[in-house]
Amino acid sequence: MGWKKVKSAIPGGVYYFSGDDAVAEGAIAARVGYFAGYPITPSTEILERISVRFKEVGAVFMQMEDEIASICSCIGASWAGAKVMTVTSGPGFSLMQEGIGYAIMVETPLVIVDAQRAGPSTGQATRVGSGDIMQAKWGTHGGNEIIALSPWSVQELYDQTINAFNLAERYRVPVLLMAEEASAHLRETMHIGEEIELFSREKEAGAPPFGTESDNGVPPMPAFGEGEKLLVTSSTHNEYGFRKVVDPLVQEKLVTRLHNKIVNNREEIIQYENYYLEDAAVVVVCYGFTARSSLFAVERLRDEGERIGMVRLKTLWPFADRVIKDIGAKVKRIFVPEMNMGQIVGEVMKYAPCEVDVIPYNQVNGEVIRPNTLVQQLRKLL
Amino acid sequence: MARDLEQYLRPGVGVTTFCPGCGEAILMGLILRAIDELQLNMDNMLFVSGIGCAAWIPSPHFNADTLHTLHGRTIPCATGAKLVKPELKVVVISGDGDLVDIGGNHLIHGAWRNIDLTVICANNMNYGMTGGQFCSTTPLGAFTLTTREGNPYRPFDLCKLVRAAGAIYVARYSVTQPFALIKSIKKALETKGFSFVEAVSPCPVQFGRRNRFDTPADLLKDTMARCITKEEAVKLSPEELEGKIITGEFTDEAD
Repeated sequence: MGWKKVKSAIPGGVYYFSGDDAVAEGAIAARVGYFAGYPITPSTEILERISVRFKEVGAVFMQMEDEIASICSCIGASWAGAKVMTVTSGPGFSLMQEGIGYAIMVETPLVIVDAQRAGPSTGQATRVGSGDIMQAKWGTHGGNEIIALSPWSVQELYDQTINAFNLAERYRVPVLLMAEEASAHLRETMHIGEEIELFSREKEAGAPPFGTESDNGVPPMPAFGEGEKLLVTSSTHNEYGFRKVVDPLVQEKLVTRLHNKIVNNREEIIQYENYYLEDAAVVVVCYGFTARSSLFAVERLRDEGERIGMVRLKTLWPFADRVIKDIGAKVKRIFVPEMNMGQIVGEVMKYAPCEVDVIPYNQVNGEVIRPNTLVQQLRKLL
Repeated sequence: MARDLEQYLRPGVGVTTFCPGCGEAILMGLILRAIDELQLNMDNMLFVSGIGCAAWIPSPHFNADTLHTLHGRTIPCATGAKLVKPELKVVVISGDGDLVDIGGNHLIHGAWRNIDLTVICANNMNYGMTGGQFCSTTPLGAFTLTTREGNPYRPFDLCKLVRAAGAIYVARYSVTQPFALIKSIKKALETKGFSFVEAVSPCPVQFGRRNRFDTPADLLKDTMARCITKEEAVKLSPEELEGKIITGEFTDEAD
């Protein structure tokens, strides 16, 4: 329970991994106990590696009949006490939405990796896109808070997989790792340390599993088979799990707590990186694979003497509203390049002061945005 | 006897949500009698149910771990829990609409994988909770809110489906055959592997009254008259079998 330092699952050192390999190893490092998935490009290699590696580490691997079954079996496994993960891409992510909503409502720790590909629909399976960012937040019905992370490298796919497990266990919420085809299939060197810090869900015998008066809003979570006689339902329920399907007070209390346990803890959840902000008049706000090209472009332009900076959002949801407000107070223009028709740019517009120009750049041709493209686009703004 | 079963009920649950005359309320008692006769420890049991009237049999009534899941998703949820904690006795209790219509693919794959689950399917021949629409088990010609001129489809034979998919134990009995049904549920609970019991559970309020059964007793009597054993069935012609519900165990190759 709580934080604990453990030895890395594989020896510390430098490894040459694909992004998909890194996710599999990150899950094993986080002591995942159950994985279920359905093959879909470009996340299939995670499934394949896990099917081999889980035998070695003694965890349960299941290939299910579809993505709905995958996420639902993960939910059952999580309530049986295991740390769980599933992986998918666009079309499968759509099928998982009802399961995500269920996991939010019954507060189930769960890690979902979405290796985003070019959409909509089946689109281009082997090509890249970042079109699922809004779906991550709003894909399931009813309105909810969720945690979504955006890695930009193989190293970060490993680190953020571990972080995703820690956040899921800590806040009892599904955590989405919004990878992209380009990072999932990328191979590069990465470093694995000797030790990692892991968080495991809190337990407290007899305590209500769906209500708490504690500040962080996260109740303890017992498992099946511990004699707690759990009553788990996604219908509106009171703190002991009894269905209360017409009680306005119970509905409001539950929905408010599910919202607040993420929003009120967002300073602890949100991660971002600032580059060259001290004197910047133009700032690039970016995430995921596009941040690699953005950093290249920003550094090229700085070499030419331009006052340009960059913010990389490592956490997409909850959104880094205060970060954008702070930057907006200091700069004239914010440039938001994305591999979709404009998703995070809307959030940036929401929180940047209205006198700041927020300029989107959208590329949806199934290819990564190249550094030189961004250099050219940014030159127009400087 | 009836008071003895109270030990299996969750404290604080005073009344059921079942309509008067509901077959699923009878089924709830029969399942508890089977558990009682086998002296199973409820601390060691997990009941998984989906959406619909039958899903409310274990949740909240049973004093054990219960997982009330999304519509149709009982078997994947149960599979995940069973694989992580094999020592749990995992029982799925849900309706025909949940297990077979929206969850049909999961049912087929659950039986095919032969995971150690006991599945009890309460077949009330319509979507009861949403007010009485037809489903895949509605009898040919029956009236429901969405088949006002009579159901044009033949009812799905669930036991044939699950048997063909690879379940180890498959049986169908009606709540009007209580002793056979208890025995069958006991057998299913003791089976190692995927077991499936279809419990025909008449729905007097949503189904019966639209099909000219004025009282729950009328529908129960009609169900009793329709249910025949598989041994009786082999002696009947196809015309004579029309509208009959064949009950028994369907586990041998010949079935």
